[in-house]
Amino acid sequence: MNEMSVNAAHFPCSPLTRPSPSRHKHGSSMAANSSGGSDRQRAAQQRLKIIAGHLQRPSDHQLDITATECKAQESKTNAQSSEERTVPRRRQDVMKWNGWGYSDSKFLFNKKGQAEFTGKRYRLSGMIIPGLKDWMEETFGATIQHKTLATPMLNNTAVQPPNINDAFMEEIKSTDIPFSIEAEDRVFRAHGHCLHEIFALREGKIGRVPDMVVWPSCHSEVVKIVELACKHNICLIPYGGGTSVSSALECPPEETRSIVSLDTSQMNRILWIDEKNLTAHVEAGIVGQDLERLLNESGYCTGHEPDSMEFSSLGGWVATRASGMKKNIYGNIEDLVVHVRMVTPRGVIEKSCQGPRMSTGPDVHHFIMGSEGTLGVVTEVTLKIRPMPEYQKYGSVVFPNFEQGVACLREVAKQRCAPASIRLMDNEQFKFGHALKPQVSSIFTSFLDGLKKFYITKFKGFDPNRLCVATLLFEGDREKVLQHEKQVYDIAAKFGGLAAGEDNGQRGYMLTFVIAYLRDLGMDYYVIGESFETSVPWDRVLDICRNVKARIIRECKEKGVQFSPLSTCRVTQTYDAGACVYFYFAFNYRGLSDPVHVYEQVEHAAREEILANGGSLSHHHGVGKLRKEWMRETISDVGLGMLKSVKDYVDPNNIFGNRNLL
Amino acid sequence: METKASYSHTDPMLKKRDEFEDLLEERRNSSDLRYALKCYTPILYKNLTPCDASSLKSMVLQSDQLHYVITQVSKETGRNADDLQEEASGIFEEMAHRMQLSTVRFFAFALTKAFKTLFKSICVNEDGIQRLQQAIQEHPVVLLPSHRSYMDFLLVSYILYTYDLALPVIAAGMDFMGMKFVGEMLRMSGAFFIRRSFGGDRLYWAVFSEYVKTILKNGLAPVEFFLEGTRSRTSKSLTPKLGLLNIAIEPFLKGEVFDISLVPISISYERILEESLYAREMLGVPKPKESTSGLFKARKILIRQLAEGRVNRCQFNLTPRYIPKRPNEDVQTFVNDTAYRLVRAQEENMALKPWVLLATVLLQAEDLESGILLQELTDQVFWLRNLCRQYGGFLHWPEHMTPPDVVSGSLSIHHSLVRISEGKVFLALSQEEAPSGPVSPEEQVLSRAVPVLSCVSYRNQVLHVFVRPALLATAVHTAATSNKQDIFNTFSFLRNMFSNEFILCPKATVQDFEEACFLLVKTGALQMNQQQMEVTHRGHRTIAFLTRLLLPFVQGYQVVCAFLCEEATDALTEKDFVPAVRKFMVKQLLAGTLRYPEVLSSDLQKNALAALLRLGAVRKVQRMGLTSLKINKVTVNSLEDTLGDDCPLQRLPRPASDAHISSSEVQEVTRDSQPTSNPSKHKDSLFFCNLSMRASLQSFQRALY
Repeated sequence: MNEMSVNAAHFPCSPLTRPSPSRHKHGSSMAANSSGGSDRQRAAQQRLKIIAGHLQRPSDHQLDITATECKAQESKTNAQSSEERTVPRRRQDVMKWNGWGYSDSKFLFNKKGQAEFTGKRYRLSGMIIPGLKDWMEETFGATIQHKTLATPMLNNTAVQPPNINDAFMEEIKSTDIPFSIEAEDRVFRAHGHCLHEIFALREGKIGRVPDMVVWPSCHSEVVKIVELACKHNICLIPYGGGTSVSSALECPPEETRSIVSLDTSQMNRILWIDEKNLTAHVEAGIVGQDLERLLNESGYCTGHEPDSMEFSSLGGWVATRASGMKKNIYGNIEDLVVHVRMVTPRGVIEKSCQGPRMSTGPDVHHFIMGSEGTLGVVTEVTLKIRPMPEYQKYGSVVFPNFEQGVACLREVAKQRCAPASIRLMDNEQFKFGHALKPQVSSIFTSFLDGLKKFYITKFKGFDPNRLCVATLLFEGDREKVLQHEKQVYDIAAKFGGLAAGEDNGQRGYMLTFVIAYLRDLGMDYYVIGESFETSVPWDRVLDICRNVKARIIRECKEKGVQFSPLSTCRVTQTYDAGACVYFYFAFNYRGLSDPVHVYEQVEHAAREEILANGGSLSHHHGVGKLRKEWMRETISDVGLGMLKSVKDYVDPNNIFGNRNLL
Repeated sequence: METKASYSHTDPMLKKRDEFEDLLEERRNSSDLRYALKCYTPILYKNLTPCDASSLKSMVLQSDQLHYVITQVSKETGRNADDLQEEASGIFEEMAHRMQLSTVRFFAFALTKAFKTLFKSICVNEDGIQRLQQAIQEHPVVLLPSHRSYMDFLLVSYILYTYDLALPVIAAGMDFMGMKFVGEMLRMSGAFFIRRSFGGDRLYWAVFSEYVKTILKNGLAPVEFFLEGTRSRTSKSLTPKLGLLNIAIEPFLKGEVFDISLVPISISYERILEESLYAREMLGVPKPKESTSGLFKARKILIRQLAEGRVNRCQFNLTPRYIPKRPNEDVQTFVNDTAYRLVRAQEENMALKPWVLLATVLLQAEDLESGILLQELTDQVFWLRNLCRQYGGFLHWPEHMTPPDVVSGSLSIHHSLVRISEGKVFLALSQEEAPSGPVSPEEQVLSRAVPVLSCVSYRNQVLHVFVRPALLATAVHTAATSNKQDIFNTFSFLRNMFSNEFILCPKATVQDFEEACFLLVKTGALQMNQQQMEVTHRGHRTIAFLTRLLLPFVQGYQVVCAFLCEEATDALTEKDFVPAVRKFMVKQLLAGTLRYPEVLSSDLQKNALAALLRLGAVRKVQRMGLTSLKINKVTVNSLEDTLGDDCPLQRLPRPASDAHISSSEVQEVTRDSQPTSNPSKHKDSLFFCNLSMRASLQSFQRALY
């Protein structure tokens, strides 16, 4: 499927934020599942169906399966999960065409000049955020008076007319697969969420866009489309959630063939859940929030929660090697995937069985994971699932400084007792998180806050300009969680850490999801920014954080940025041998003639700095076209040659021509 | 990038470097005691983690690196790790500085007294100081002064104290510590002591490098050392030593700090305190050991100069530049390049006083004995001044004075080196104090060479401005044809030959060639098309000057080659080389076959030998504990020939204004000629310069990491 889609990665996950009604916390939903005779009967039936599904598999190779079969199957499975689709074909009906997320949710400054988050979808929705305005003014030198508005509507005349391959279109028509050549649909699929992409959209500038969008609804339709694309020499670009931040969805401007965007969003069913093996077989177009919600209905979860999970798709996760916030318990996507089906120009690739581990030469899954849409479309994935956790608890720890915090995380990783999630924010980000505190209604709460602050800064002597916070999320049995919590807090205490309450923890995770919405607000006021990530060995963590932040500040200054930038980082994942570090960087671009260019130069320099300090090219965002130039030095000449030869074999005519990665 | 950076005159920063402030002026008008006791609250590095002496010690002694070395050494030698730890602790104690504000204040007081009497003024470029202040705040700083005199590090610290900047810790040779009391005083004012050689002692190296790195990484204080390793006796910059620089850059290369500012400081003295000491040393009088009494001796000289009203002056120039990013080069090359760039920055920012040009002109006179007319000297010096400016030399010229005043002013400051009589200027070849008793002709040659070598050490200050064009000019002359490729080949040969003599960055041949071409073409001395290079009509004078500037070196190297071919035997040891060559040269000088007494400089002889060793014409052979030299006579001979078998000077057109002086005009140097006393006081110059560094060197990182 849409490998390209890519989404997953960027904004590291944020649970809280999701609209999903009170999930976990109570173990009751699971229990309900197994009681009652009819339930048992149903389970048995389901089991049969699954087995049938296993047996059926080889038949998929026969390309004579028609679309009608596909639909019949769909109606059957529909019964299984009462779903209303999150992602319609016309995405623009629900989501912003030139910004992040839902059209109804955004930050704005109301008439009183207070920041407010609109809509009803999130916990923060409808709330006033009193601290945000001051923070923006102080951090960026931005003011409410200086506003720069985005082009409100897409100007269809700015979009190049589609370059249609008539023969292809005729054949697609005859298959009944829905497609569109409308400008709005095409523009929506021509971009991810890199700064330059969104900036251009806000300015109403449209570059090369796909010439057609198709919406297959099942594996066999994808097979058909790929076959036709090969026949007519069409360039196919898979599209999943569209949350890429690596320029992966950009249409190569030099592409002269007709470009067809293959939107997998309609392939969004859970085909079966296997409770014996704890696996689920899912179509790859499903977005993260739907997947979790539907599994939750059956008492399960995947536990894979990238920050983009509201919009990013399963296929995109696979295609980019996504990482979820709670990987410490559930693993990253490569740990979760049991089986993958991908349609390539050479045919369908999949393994013959679902064995948990195989010694059969290099794992072909690893050609698929991270292929970024250059080899084919992932259509179906078998994932591990877990029963929903009984209990979930947030937490936070304040450290006197970042160095101590990193030392603590390292120790936690050493003892292999990391909670589901543990993240360490630096001082700037701590302040940022603080600025996002919603208005408190009770005087008592604000009094308490004041008291806490007094205790930490005055009594404990923490310097408010140096202290930093780790946010924690524990999951599992109630008892084990509490035990685990104690263990982690004990380690933290050794490094001068003070427990700072659940609220701080929760707000920390909230930050990661609102940040994408916040960028749109920033852009209304001349502030542009982005996040990027890396992974790095433990002993380099402090160096890389310091140097990359310093490099950003220096580069901004040298490139003529008039205001001091926000340059901040956090450690978001721990591993045995290292950590994942996430940087945010934003600046006020008033006074610059070409802010995007400046931005790109700074980001480029920051990436060089990362590499120079022993960091990786990417931990989970992927390479796309944005970071392609460093691939050779990253994986060596031979490595690159290996990947190229795979591409040459699988897709000799470059049907999957998004030109990512290599 | 490289070439661009080297044209200092295009650097707008350098325009500012003329704005100097005299430090001593204020001292003369206010209380020294109050100055010494002033509130001293320097601005510190912004990420400084405060750290006292004992925690510095434990940081060093407990560092991973040291721990690793101790384990290794213990494994190899079977020594107990605790013993080694003990030993490391001892090394640390011996080495570490113990800065104390009270001692610093004492020095501030004492030095003020001394400087006020020794120097007329100490001039510092203010914007440089400001940039240094910023640099100290932003990044760990390494101060790299040029080294021409004992006074250098005292001056630097003094200036930093005056401007309320963080005082550096200074790498000093162990021999200073030998000066009992002074050693401890220095230690308490920030010096740390390192052994001159600790070849294979890994433990020592580990403690030492950890010590320096810890100070730098934590930004505890600026670290100061001399890139040239030792004082330059000839006023020519010395080939940089990389050891300490490697250590200092390592935290940066490993990414342990975001950036390190390297601050080259150029200190130029209008008159070098040790001038005749150095000249004697070059001629074979051994250098006095750095003992307290030695320092006193040096002080006596100072005092005498004071009586004669000599003054020094010092300047700062800070030119921060980023070291450009250079992927795919290995660390050593990078460090080496950096070192050369730093030394060149030091050179370029040396303030050149009029006397330097005077000395240059005087030494180029047809015959040293016969002197030169004052008027002509003045004309030539002014011609040279313009040339020097065109070539980017940083002249510190008293613009408000008329040319004759400038010349006579300079002459009077250096009256011990020159005589004026009957409108002519002579080098004071015979010393004032009549030698007691009869002297042999050989001794006379040597003693007459002393003032020449003193003059040479001034002329050498301007060499860096002209060295590349001079190599090209010589190449144009010696090359068989005017074909560009031929000239380049000759240039390349000469450059290679003299790369121990001048600061010529290895591997930068093409850049140097282009730079030289650029300068000569720009100033109209050469014209160039695709294949040919020709001297223009008006360029003859410039080319002649440049060629003659290099000539003593060419001749010197030739004589060394001749010596090796004709006189040297296989039994010649490295130790005997200099005396033997000197003897050979004295003979030649007496016979009149050798023109330039300055070739007697042991510096030149050693450089020549080093070049020959590098080129493989001579090899060192260990024999019975002695290092003897094995000479490949064929190669040496051909090198000598390639340098030019006949004296290129004879082929030189004499510049029109360079009038011949007929022998009848030659006069005996008269004793009574006093320097034309100039009522206005004279200034000397001492000088600082600088730059800052940052490179994102992925490949370097990786290599190290």
